[in-house]
Amino acid sequence: MSNKRSKTIYKTPQGAVVYGVVAEFDTPASLSRAAEKVRDAGYTKWDVYSPFPVHGIEEAMGLPATKLPLLTGLVGLCGAGIGLIFQWWVTAVAYPMVVQGKPFFAWEPWTPVTFEFGVLFTAFCSLLGMLAFNKLPMWYHPLMKKERFLRVSDDRLVICIETSDPKFNIDSARNLLENAGGRHIDLVEE
Amino acid sequence: MSVIHPDEYTAGQIAGTVPIDRPQVVDARTGDGTLIDDPAVRAPLVLNNRSFHDITETVCGYVEKTPGGWWWPLFGVANMLAAIGTAMILYLLITGVGVWGLNNRVDWAWDITNFVFWIGIGHAGTLISAILCLLKQKWRTSINRAAEAMTIFAVICAGTFPGIHVGRIWFIWMVFPIPNANGIWPNFRSPLLWDVFAVSTYATVSALFWYMGMIPDLATLRDRAALRLMKNPAGPTVAPFLNIRVDEVRAKVYGLLSLGWRFSTRHWQNYEKAYLMLAGISTPLVLSVHSIVSFDFATSVLPGWHTTIFPPYFVAGAIFGGFAMVLLLMIPARELYPNMKELITLRHLENMAKILLVTGMMVGFAYSMEFFIAWYSGNQYEADVFLFNRLLPPWWAQVGEDGQLKYAPYWWAYWTMIFCNVVSPQLFWFRRCRTSPLWIFVVALFVTVGMWFERFVIIVTSLHRAFLPGQWGMFYPTWVDILTFAGTVGIFLTLFMLFLRFLPAFAMSEIKNVTPQANPHAHGHEGGH
Repeated sequence: MSNKRSKTIYKTPQGAVVYGVVAEFDTPASLSRAAEKVRDAGYTKWDVYSPFPVHGIEEAMGLPATKLPLLTGLVGLCGAGIGLIFQWWVTAVAYPMVVQGKPFFAWEPWTPVTFEFGVLFTAFCSLLGMLAFNKLPMWYHPLMKKERFLRVSDDRLVICIETSDPKFNIDSARNLLENAGGRHIDLVEE
Repeated sequence: MSVIHPDEYTAGQIAGTVPIDRPQVVDARTGDGTLIDDPAVRAPLVLNNRSFHDITETVCGYVEKTPGGWWWPLFGVANMLAAIGTAMILYLLITGVGVWGLNNRVDWAWDITNFVFWIGIGHAGTLISAILCLLKQKWRTSINRAAEAMTIFAVICAGTFPGIHVGRIWFIWMVFPIPNANGIWPNFRSPLLWDVFAVSTYATVSALFWYMGMIPDLATLRDRAALRLMKNPAGPTVAPFLNIRVDEVRAKVYGLLSLGWRFSTRHWQNYEKAYLMLAGISTPLVLSVHSIVSFDFATSVLPGWHTTIFPPYFVAGAIFGGFAMVLLLMIPARELYPNMKELITLRHLENMAKILLVTGMMVGFAYSMEFFIAWYSGNQYEADVFLFNRLLPPWWAQVGEDGQLKYAPYWWAYWTMIFCNVVSPQLFWFRRCRTSPLWIFVVALFVTVGMWFERFVIIVTSLHRAFLPGQWGMFYPTWVDILTFAGTVGIFLTLFMLFLRFLPAFAMSEIKNVTPQANPHAHGHEGGH
């Protein structure tokens, strides 16, 4: 269990477990270039934090495309199917009633409600799927204890390399971030 | 006075030849600097070259600082109206729908008029947040949050009316397919049931979209409160006798709502995809909702209702009326709140004025097409509806086959509609009018009135002359009708003011993203795309 983490457990001089190394960057351009360097150094457990999604940063980080649209599309189609089957069951099975001599089974008048079912499922899946993929809600995170990190939501641009990365070494991570132009390089306690 | 082109000014600042704090002197013809006609120049979306931090300060300031002296009087009036509206609804529920002016001839009147009016207003919010997002219209970022909030509050007002107009409110659950002891299920062939599904889906999806858009901005408010708690040992408390700091409450409430958002790029990636999908799904949704609302009328056989042009006509009208409401709310807000003019520039107002002009012409086209089809179809009932229910004032009365004078009793409502919706937006052909907040406000006011009358004309004038003369009769609103409508205006304004007071009224993360300094390629190839 404990071996998911790399062999060494990094600790601060005070004895606290280290979560990772953070560095701040001045501009989206320097952030983007630094992200490319961290990506090329082969790290996998690291992240870029910015007050808005920086254009093109996914490529700079080498992130694979998210599967969320696929999931949402499938759930949306299922929703529409459920809507259609439900209307068929209500109108033709559970409560068949002659209305204006129309057939019990006809998909045409069920189109609007089928569509609305599909939309509803898609919308819920977009939001809840986004949260699930991001492992949110998570009301505690080591980074949140850092005063400087809280300014990311305002205007700071931060890269954090985590100790859980298999390649992690505290000195090389520091050097990498420093050479990439990072400032205020600091350790984050777990 | 030296005149500097705003683009020259920005370029100078980037190059360092113009000091950042130098007051901007711009060409008077460009208004606040954004009304540039030169297509090679990109108008700034945020004025005065504001930094990310400035944008955070401005937007969070609306929530964190006490608003000006205007707030309480305005909120008081809105609240009083809301209370009156609530009292009217209670009176109706206790007494019965007879307190309204409905009768056996005109059995839908102000209730359904108000329903369609409010639901239509909501549509501009979805248009701004979804359709303009898909079309990559960057200027939407400073109005989308408020417009989405407006959507939700308008849908709340709209949903009230079908709910209370049924008479026996305790049976309202029967509009939903809920298993019950009688084994009765709703009729899925009925447009009224489609409407239930369309409106409730619309309300839900709009709320989800709105909330998801707010998560990062709520996290910003949370972090600011947390930072103040870390730095200052003392701060304002909730009440003099309660030793709980306001920032503690903020950190907790905004923290809970922002779900632990920490601005991670791995999160942003999923977030942006989810946002795009919600925009993509809201676009057909908003078109479907007002189409389905129009089916409430179009699928009946009543002349004046039974037309195939209704779905696009209703959708265009909804966007028209909704944009007018966005302008009615945002023009005063940008006067009252500090620095809001930097975020909602004259260019934003001009763009919305142009949309009013376009959609106004669309509804104008629909009005004329109704007349054309009434004539071209050769259907006498249709022709009669348009001539003798809507168009002809008493002084143009014609002698009918029975020798009696025929004219349209509701001609004044029809002509009010035409004047407000078709004539008044034509002012926006003049640059002077479509770039002046005052003129835009006046026209938006006319349009709002006109769009209410459009629904009144469609509903009441069609119903008051059905096929049989025995079904003919006028509708007169009672004081309860009038105060209920005024009450929903109060509910709407109360909710909107609470939104401005407690939630981030601008999508900060999106505005930051469209500023020039957010572009990581800014120094490489400027103006490349």
